[in-house]
Amino acid sequence: MAKIKTLADLKKMKEDLRSKVDLREKADSPESYVQIKVGMATSGIASGAKEIMDFLIEALEKRNIEAVVTQTGDMGYCFAEPTIEVKKPGEEPIVFGYVDTEKADEIIEKYIKLGELVEGIIPVNYQVIDEDK
Amino acid sequence: MTKYKMYLLVCGGTGCRASASDSIVENLKQELETKGLQDEVQVLMTGCFGFCEKGPIVKVQPDNTFYTQVKPEDCAEIIEEHIVKGRKVNRLLYEDPENKKHIEDSKHMNFYKKQIRIALRNCGFIDPENVDEYIARDGYSALGKCLSELTPKDVVDQIKESGLRGRGGGGFPTGLKWEIAAKNEADQKYVVCNADEGDPGAFMDRSILEGDPHAVLEAMAICGYSMGATKGLIYIRAEYPLAIKRLKIALEQAREYGLLGTDILGTGFEFDIEIRYGAGAFVCGEETSLIHSMEGLRGEPTIKPPYPAEKGYLGKPTNVNNVETYANITAIINKGANWFNKIGTEKSKGTKVFALAGKINNVGLIEVPMGTTLREVIFEIGGGIKDGKKFKAVQTGGPSGGCLTEKHLDTPIDFDNLLAAGSMMGSGGMIVMDEDNCMVATAKFYLDFTVEESCGKCSPCRIGNKRLYELLDRITQGKAEMEDLQRLRNMCYVIKDTSLCGLGQTSPNPILSTLDNFWDEYVAHITDHKCPAGQCKDLMKYEVVEENCVGCTACARVCPVGAISGDKKQTHYIDPAICIKCGACEERCKFDAIIVK
Repeated sequence: MAKIKTLADLKKMKEDLRSKVDLREKADSPESYVQIKVGMATSGIASGAKEIMDFLIEALEKRNIEAVVTQTGDMGYCFAEPTIEVKKPGEEPIVFGYVDTEKADEIIEKYIKLGELVEGIIPVNYQVIDEDK
Repeated sequence: MTKYKMYLLVCGGTGCRASASDSIVENLKQELETKGLQDEVQVLMTGCFGFCEKGPIVKVQPDNTFYTQVKPEDCAEIIEEHIVKGRKVNRLLYEDPENKKHIEDSKHMNFYKKQIRIALRNCGFIDPENVDEYIARDGYSALGKCLSELTPKDVVDQIKESGLRGRGGGGFPTGLKWEIAAKNEADQKYVVCNADEGDPGAFMDRSILEGDPHAVLEAMAICGYSMGATKGLIYIRAEYPLAIKRLKIALEQAREYGLLGTDILGTGFEFDIEIRYGAGAFVCGEETSLIHSMEGLRGEPTIKPPYPAEKGYLGKPTNVNNVETYANITAIINKGANWFNKIGTEKSKGTKVFALAGKINNVGLIEVPMGTTLREVIFEIGGGIKDGKKFKAVQTGGPSGGCLTEKHLDTPIDFDNLLAAGSMMGSGGMIVMDEDNCMVATAKFYLDFTVEESCGKCSPCRIGNKRLYELLDRITQGKAEMEDLQRLRNMCYVIKDTSLCGLGQTSPNPILSTLDNFWDEYVAHITDHKCPAGQCKDLMKYEVVEENCVGCTACARVCPVGAISGDKKQTHYIDPAICIKCGACEERCKFDAIIVK
């Protein structure tokens, strides 16, 4: 990694990184570049989030679905761990709670492939301050 | 292949289920089938929307229509009007309490403003182990702005103007703290992050460090710039291995990018951070103890003044802030002090993160603006009490705080109101208790904790807390006298008045607040030898109800200590001298023949 030498460099880097994310979101083929975030704070990991993440990566690869699976921090829904957030291109992200491998499989087969929702949705009930607005 | 065009999401939270959300799902499905739309519209039950007061909720996606107080008989109309004809059913839309207008899109509902995430803005959004994701969300731009556009004094002024107060519990104005540290001249100064989160049931700081470590690093660098320090230290308990791991990764990545180290962003500013591990002593959350512990000395407090801002780590001016305090800094710099000080109440600005735990449905992490009421937090965001039981009390402020009751539910949460109500903000643990929690036992639990955690330096805390614990223990065993309650209260005041640090000064709070709010419960233990909540085992007695007992011997077989005797088909008997009150017999009995007295 090269050092970031000035504030202008940092700003440019931010724009580049952001457009990369945008590109991912604007992909038009419906099954491409699904983004999945797995809540991996202590509470998530204790409830099996690591296994879910491994399962998702493997299962998506096997089924030839292009997806980006990343880890993230605590989403706040500790009562429903493990929790994952699935974002299909051009759609609002959806959070699923109580995800085990069976549920993860169902999410891939039904929601990601067919656009059919499955049980276990956790409605988001907060606002985040967006640095861009 | 089915391809749904619309979704009807029905709330499946406890509250909504109780008001027939199951039959709403049924009816919606039936109506769709009669219209032949079952392949285009999907009906699904979801988790709690947290809007239980106006339940049951039906949300239509993708247009975000939010129907409230829906009845099973409304389903036909929703399908006929909204789905078939595309007209929203106005009478079921949420009505804004202020201007009485129907709100069509849930994103404009005030309810979604109940939680605003500032400190948790990146938690659950970015990959904490990837600095690029942090930068994509404007990370390190606040530091860049400070270094190239603002003078150190400007930074301090911004923080002062924002009204930010320390989130570790005390609520000291952060800007003022920074200003004092900036004014004290020295060849070296230190920025310290207090990540020694010790309250039972609290996990806010851990979650921030696990979910967004760079936010803390960036804010520490900003603080360093404002006060003229080049070294930062994070004091974190070794029990937080994941937070430590992510901090280490974050430090490494920030250094590789040159965002920590020498000549940061080409401005000549130098700053780096080290991690120091604590062994998990509660008293080390107190800043002087924390500093001594980092110096390799015993984690014991010393008298203030001198304050750390004058003589702190290694005798140099030191600024100590809590994790959550730092997590607010970059947002204040980026969005301005005037944006921040519009959120919250007059004397407590911004938001507060709470860890909801105990007998509450939605255990988890929330962030609400100061001034939100306890009722909103517990019954709306928290989804109410588990298993439909009755709310009894909420404990805030951990071992230094107190129990608040029903009468405090509508108190707006801020530093001053909680103090006035006999508790305190504390770091943000919120433990909810229901009718099955005994308040004497709760006070005893906290005293057990402080007895264990007292560093032993001063007598009132070391000896006094132990005596308080013993008195409480006697009460829970039914061996106390009424005079003991006065003794208890007197000793509480002595300990508060004569202890050196915050630990001893606040450790009697759980007792005082329960004495004030639950006096009758203390009296019941002493005069009636009864624990009204049924939690104190010494005051419980398991008995067989003769009329109900059929002599099946199931209880006798399950009793681990052989306290139950009786022949087959004969009434059984529990020997109270042997019984350990484990409750196994009561659970096993199918005939309700065993009761607790």
